[in-house]
Amino acid sequence: MRLELRGITKRFGTLTANDHIDLTVEPGQIHCVLGENGAGKSTLMNVVFGLLHPDDGEILIDGVPQRFANSGDAVRRGIGMVHQHFMLVPVFTVAENVVLGFEPTSRLGRLDRARARQEIRHTSQQFNLEVDPDAIVENLPVGLQQRVEILKALNHDAELLILDEPTAVLTPQEIDALMAIMRSLAASGKSILFISHKLKEVRAISDVVTVIRQGRVVDQVPPTTGESTLASLMVGRDVTLTVSKEAAAPGAPVLELDDVVVRDDRGLAAVDHVSLRVHAGEILALAGVQGNGQTELVEAIVGMRPVESGRITLGGQDVTGATPRSVLDSGLGHIPEDRHRYGLVLSLSVADNLVLNAPRRAPFAHRGTRNLAAVRGNAESLVSRFDIRTTSVQAPLSSLSGGNQQKVIVARELSRPLQVLVASQPTRGLDVGSIEYVHRQIVEQRNEGLAVLIVSSELDEVMALGDRIAVMHAGQITGVVDPSTSRERIGLLMAGATGDGHE
Amino acid sequence: MSESRRRWWHRLTTRSPLLVTLDALILGFVVGALVIITTTASVLDAWRAMFSSWAAFAHACQLTADVVGAAYRAMFTGAVVNPRIFWHAVTTGQGWTLALTPLSETLTYAAPLIIASIGVGIAFQTGIFNIGANGQAILGGVAGAYMGSLVHLPTVVHLPLTLAAGIAGGVIVGLVPGLLKAYTGAHEVIVTLMLNYVVAALLIFTLLSTVLQQPGQQNDISRTLAPSAQLAPLFGAASGLRVNWGLAVAALVVVFAWWFLERSSLGFDFRVTGANPQAARASGINARAVIVLVFVISGGLAGLAGIVQLAGTTHYLDGGFLIGNAGIGFTAITVSLLGRNRPVGIVWSSLLFAGLGVGGRAMQAATGIPLDLATVIQSAVVLFVATPVLVQEIFRLRHAAAAGEVRLATSGWGS
Repeated sequence: MRLELRGITKRFGTLTANDHIDLTVEPGQIHCVLGENGAGKSTLMNVVFGLLHPDDGEILIDGVPQRFANSGDAVRRGIGMVHQHFMLVPVFTVAENVVLGFEPTSRLGRLDRARARQEIRHTSQQFNLEVDPDAIVENLPVGLQQRVEILKALNHDAELLILDEPTAVLTPQEIDALMAIMRSLAASGKSILFISHKLKEVRAISDVVTVIRQGRVVDQVPPTTGESTLASLMVGRDVTLTVSKEAAAPGAPVLELDDVVVRDDRGLAAVDHVSLRVHAGEILALAGVQGNGQTELVEAIVGMRPVESGRITLGGQDVTGATPRSVLDSGLGHIPEDRHRYGLVLSLSVADNLVLNAPRRAPFAHRGTRNLAAVRGNAESLVSRFDIRTTSVQAPLSSLSGGNQQKVIVARELSRPLQVLVASQPTRGLDVGSIEYVHRQIVEQRNEGLAVLIVSSELDEVMALGDRIAVMHAGQITGVVDPSTSRERIGLLMAGATGDGHE
Repeated sequence: MSESRRRWWHRLTTRSPLLVTLDALILGFVVGALVIITTTASVLDAWRAMFSSWAAFAHACQLTADVVGAAYRAMFTGAVVNPRIFWHAVTTGQGWTLALTPLSETLTYAAPLIIASIGVGIAFQTGIFNIGANGQAILGGVAGAYMGSLVHLPTVVHLPLTLAAGIAGGVIVGLVPGLLKAYTGAHEVIVTLMLNYVVAALLIFTLLSTVLQQPGQQNDISRTLAPSAQLAPLFGAASGLRVNWGLAVAALVVVFAWWFLERSSLGFDFRVTGANPQAARASGINARAVIVLVFVISGGLAGLAGIVQLAGTTHYLDGGFLIGNAGIGFTAITVSLLGRNRPVGIVWSSLLFAGLGVGGRAMQAATGIPLDLATVIQSAVVLFVATPVLVQEIFRLRHAAAAGEVRLATSGWGS
């Protein structure tokens, strides 16, 4: 299928999300739309998929202008979309999810499971998408759930697939598998529109890259274009992707974990006898494929998950099994992995969010009454110091972009008196400009003597930020290495090979 | 149209929570009018004859307007003020009692409703459904009745003690679901809902006990509260107006609730917990303590509402105390939702509901249309408020640029 967009324009009130966008996807092509968060990528995809109606411009399929009243129209014309957040029924089987909405039925409208299963086997063989049709979706890993989404689109005879940030939720292995699938789909003549802001992937998989900035097409470039060129096209200026930092001057250990065991929600030992030391003035980066116990480890440190055995001390003080309140009060700053769930309250104002975990600290409150002037003053100074883009400090947090929401957390945590900062995936979902900013803040704090523990599944981030890198696999630390260690060596540790230099 | 006029018109037709609520109110009265038309035989007969002549059609229209108009006029004059009687009082200086009685009645009913609704609203803002306000209010009344009728003290001590007993009664009933939820995870909707039945039975049980029962009575009627434990009429017994110091108690509760939710640190914890429980926990807020405290405050206010109803209006308990139509603890849930769980909003919606109830009674007396019409209107208003999209479509309200969608002011039902 040949998809052509001509002058697509979409406005929301005074904001122009898409401004005369032209773009052509040839049959069998993997076309990447690259742009920062908020550049208008998702809006454009929703227009193509019939979820939004363009204010101006046309969509042509094989040269014929189309009008999509809704996404059903788009599906009928052969467009399939895999959303960033999957649209699957968790308690249904794979087969039931795939045929949902287009169920094969026998007499009297009875669901023909045998035929559904047959159809799926056929489609998955044809495109090499292995998945058990009888598995319950909620029991599948995220990578396989995504495969079910793709299967669903293909089962509806999609000729063009839209993948909206498909790698955001995947592990490196799953990303490789996804890329193989994308290549084989393209080889069989399907067109793919691939949305991303991750430069590496874009260069690895695309045939053509269209860069979007502030709703406009900035340029269309071949995937051989250098990363720094792509990055500067995205943000409109030169960006340093590596973090410039001096050698660390580590002091005394501040955060110490001794033989810590933590159980996950299923009662399994997610953290299996881990010992770590984070010194003042250094960044310890915890690397590892997601789901190897990093989340549970951080939850145990911040007091949100009980510690089965072992000891956690903070500045010499035992905080094993302490409440989040006392951990926070003893000088631990926490940038949580899932900021919307654990870090922010979207319906409250920017100012309230900036004092979220210290509402009783002077001068923000006095004898149980909040001092709103102090809260506002604090917000105003942090907004200007951390360059948070908001219309007002009283605006609800939900009105800010993702990058600015993350800045609110960073500003809140770094403006408190801290001994140690624990940051989980601090730049996930952020655009290049914000990543650079957050990294610089973290390095600055480390220079001033703060102990920093970074948990990240992005190897680039780990290697750029860490003064030492601890690698976690299956709940255990497989090695603590120097950042000059080769990627291959770290990759091996992430895969479970025990290395030298174990603490 | 001048620029300022146009802007005014624009604001008037742009969706906002307030406008949607007002429009819902209009629709509620439209539904009420339809109910009157379809249940009044004379009006229906007139409409049946409408095809016979233009005059018959005009007559049907006229009769409809008359009947609906009379009903709503009776409701207004019964709940707010009768302009004729009011003017008579102004010009002659006579009959002030009669002129002010409707307003006095509405305020009398509104006072406990405001208190109970604010209790429910604070719980809603914390993401907790307190469906048990009625049971909490009843036990507040019972505890207040013990203190108010069996103890004899001077007013300065007796009245505060009686009110405190009422609050304590509500707290006790509230603590049951609060502790169960905090320590075992029991769902508060089920527990509070079921406790209402327990407390209602407990009320009858205590009324038939020899301790509280009115001496010389076999029926379920309690002793009368000692005068020193009663909330006196606001303008003195000689005024003939029933509105009492309970209204002042309600005003204090409104001020307290505003301070609590908007200014206090604990209220901030409550709101954070309501908006995002996980973030609340990660920010060091003790979820268990918040759950228990919500039920202490919410239950305490419901208990206060019960004792205000008892000490201000009824002065004795009987088997019908806060039962059925008088169940202010249940009405409080809808009143709180209508007022978007905010203290000031709750004051307005309480006045509306109290006015509809009082006016409905006057309408029933004047026109024979049953009081239940008031309930129909109340229910319809809440239904429309709960479906803002419908109201926006009916009135073709403009999208507010960048403003949030108007939504029902509760979070999810679960956990």
